[in-house]
Amino acid sequence: MSPRPGFVLDVDRSTPPTLFWHGERFSLERLPEGSRVIYAPEPIDALKDPGASIRAALNEPVGDRDPLPALLRPGMRLTIAFDDISLPLPPMQRPDIRQMVIEQVLDMAADAGVDDVALIVALALHRRMTEAELRHALGDRIYDAFAPNGLLTQHDAEDPDALVHLGMTDQGEEVEINRRAAESDLLVYVNINLVAMDGGHKSVATGLASYRSLRHHHNPETMQKSRSFMDQHHSELHASNWRMGRLIAQSGIDVFQIETTLNNDTFPPAFRFLQKREWEWGARDRVGYLAASKALDRTPARYARQIFHSVRAPHRMTSVQAGEVEAVHKLTTDNVWAQQGVAVAGQTDILTMGLPYIGPYNVNSILNPILVACMGLGYLFNMYRGKPLVREGGVLIMAHPTPWEFNPVHHPSYIDFFDQVLSETTDPVEVATRYEESYATDPWYVHLYRTGHAYHGVHPFYMWYWCAHALQHLGGVIVVGGDHPAVHRLGFRAASTLADALEMAEDVVGASPTLTHLHAPPILMADVH
Amino acid sequence: MRARTASNSLRAPRSVRTDARLGAADAAGRRRGGVGALRRLAPSALASRAGRTPFPLAAPSWPESVPRPPPVSELGVHYDTAWSRRYPVRLARAMVLDNVTRPLARAVASPLIRGDESLSGLEGPVIFAANHASHADTPLLLSCLPLRFRHRTVVAAAADYFFDRRWKADVWSFLLAVIPIERTKINRRSADLAIELLADDWNLIIFPEGGRSPDGWAQTFHPASAAYLAARSSRPVVPVHLDGTRHILPKGRRGLRRTRTTVTFGTPLWPDDGEDPRRFGVRIEAAVATMANEAGSDWWTARKQAAAGTTPSLQGPEAAPWRRSWMLSSAPEHRDTDPGVEWPRRSP
Repeated sequence: MSPRPGFVLDVDRSTPPTLFWHGERFSLERLPEGSRVIYAPEPIDALKDPGASIRAALNEPVGDRDPLPALLRPGMRLTIAFDDISLPLPPMQRPDIRQMVIEQVLDMAADAGVDDVALIVALALHRRMTEAELRHALGDRIYDAFAPNGLLTQHDAEDPDALVHLGMTDQGEEVEINRRAAESDLLVYVNINLVAMDGGHKSVATGLASYRSLRHHHNPETMQKSRSFMDQHHSELHASNWRMGRLIAQSGIDVFQIETTLNNDTFPPAFRFLQKREWEWGARDRVGYLAASKALDRTPARYARQIFHSVRAPHRMTSVQAGEVEAVHKLTTDNVWAQQGVAVAGQTDILTMGLPYIGPYNVNSILNPILVACMGLGYLFNMYRGKPLVREGGVLIMAHPTPWEFNPVHHPSYIDFFDQVLSETTDPVEVATRYEESYATDPWYVHLYRTGHAYHGVHPFYMWYWCAHALQHLGGVIVVGGDHPAVHRLGFRAASTLADALEMAEDVVGASPTLTHLHAPPILMADVH
Repeated sequence: MRARTASNSLRAPRSVRTDARLGAADAAGRRRGGVGALRRLAPSALASRAGRTPFPLAAPSWPESVPRPPPVSELGVHYDTAWSRRYPVRLARAMVLDNVTRPLARAVASPLIRGDESLSGLEGPVIFAANHASHADTPLLLSCLPLRFRHRTVVAAAADYFFDRRWKADVWSFLLAVIPIERTKINRRSADLAIELLADDWNLIIFPEGGRSPDGWAQTFHPASAAYLAARSSRPVVPVHLDGTRHILPKGRRGLRRTRTTVTFGTPLWPDDGEDPRRFGVRIEAAVATMANEAGSDWWTARKQAAAGTTPSLQGPEAAPWRRSWMLSSAPEHRDTDPGVEWPRRSP
């Protein structure tokens, strides 16, 4: 049977309660009659033979490129850059897509007699990956061949010697990227395109860039003009990256882009009920839900977090395309939409969502309050094309415990940002003008970013900017079951139950509001007409 | 924040209007169903409203706006028999077959096996195509198969008869390794399963008549059974004639009756290149008819009549029912072996 497309349910008397994520827990909530629930499409068919598909993509590239083997020659300088720990979500079961693709690229390079090969993790300002994470992403074979020889490195956006300034775009945006990548005869970039925003020129222009370059599109103004990030035709973030990408190409940097898409098979069999429609839950799903929810209710949060972060998604590759950046990305975007697109008629007054335990920036870590805001307002709110799911002035209700808790190793600057900046102002523009530079240039944060496993000092600012469009658009944000002080620090309102939250929302949007629930994950993109 | 209980707010449908733009088609559909008509609730919804076990302890109710998919039957040709071919089940079945079924077959049917030398050099998997007069045919034939075939053989059984109840499907799958076959038409699912099993080195017993004989005379062989499967799988068909089983458990009778039977294996038949399955089916039927003739006369007579094209039809003469019955009951029982020899007895 072919996978079913996404679905918009009209809630009626017979609709069973709806699953809400709540961090490392979940609950079943009965939504009012007349509400809508948006369900993601079922996982589409995966490639039968990913290895053969990857070889075919490398041998038959798109967009006026020669096959990869024809671009490889002895004596050349080859750099392979790839996405970091933030993709995919949750981390996928072995073998990771990066391993599958890079092994094929290396096989071809070996056949062509290329000696000078280096691998770079395209971190941008993210934290450095640990050895275990790298081994998971690349496989032991690649790690053991490159890491001991210093040929597997992680991009350092704060090492002046490892960066090269390529110039400025016609909009005055500085382009500064990794020197090794820029000075290579061929740069192969290996993407995992989990959402439509990933990939394209953003891969190099963001993943291998410095703060000096990133600040031109990671700012409140760009974010507010990106409606949404997922819709490349209406995203200023996309436009800025494209200008930079074209400048990179004009600078003579030869980029061979490889992009891959995944199906949204997100959870292993034990948690399969999380991606099923509730009225289709069988006995096994109900037993699974009851066992998991009761057990998690009795498990301390840190252990529950460990359990969930050990989950490996059974994602499977649905497409792979290689060649010229823009031609590749067009195909990729179509493939992403084929898996995630759901047509939705009209906006809603209240949008509800349950936030899961994981986002791009807390893999093996804590979803701290700033990341909670980013997850809800930055990511899930922006999962639309056309118009936001919630009308202007509407209310977003998210369910998450929002603990006042931070991982000091991964998110040191977040702690200070939460204490010092958000206690003063939550306005993204004011946050940027008053505080950004001091955090971005703080030598302690720079040191932790370069030598430890810390996100860059400016990263919490970017997370807050990520919310800028939603903050501008919404009339209110309510967090159900959130830690009150932490939620208030974010500038949101806290509610104990969904019922309370709905009542509070009515104070903003008026009586008898419309309500839509975003049943994600699995990831879906609302095509709102 | 006003204090109000969760149940008050969540269950107050008047507090949330249904936007005319949202789900309009479904709303219209519900209106067409009759204004004021009672909406049917799923049993679990009614149960939860009556204070009984709610979801997720009970099964979920089904939203009215979501059309129910047609029920997926797990019986008939859709019954999954894979479990019955797993090793522990095969082992248990082999023990039952060797220790219960075979002694019972010996006691009830006292079979004489003829022509099994034609199987000696035959490489499996093969298709055994036999005439069918009794429920005893399958256990008897399984009991008489050489050991190398016996425990790796599945039996094509009528999906509408053996798989119409869960317990029947389970019992017969375990005891006889039956697989469901649509007997009135070619069903892609059942045909594919049979071919898949042949490819996986399983032998197949099939009764091309599609069901037990109603009066003792054979029915026309279905062209889309053994011949079709042989053509698609490129495996040989061993024609088998079962004589005497109609006395044991014929159609319409309950309870076993002891008798003596003869199981005759014919020469394996291979489909010729490009041979139409219908023509191949005729060959199989002719081979079984020849063996039936042999059971009622002798080998040489049967061979001569086969060569002359005068082998009596398996379906018997076209005559009034009483005459057909009369001919069967008056046919001499051909028995030329000493019933006291070691079982299974073979023709001298």
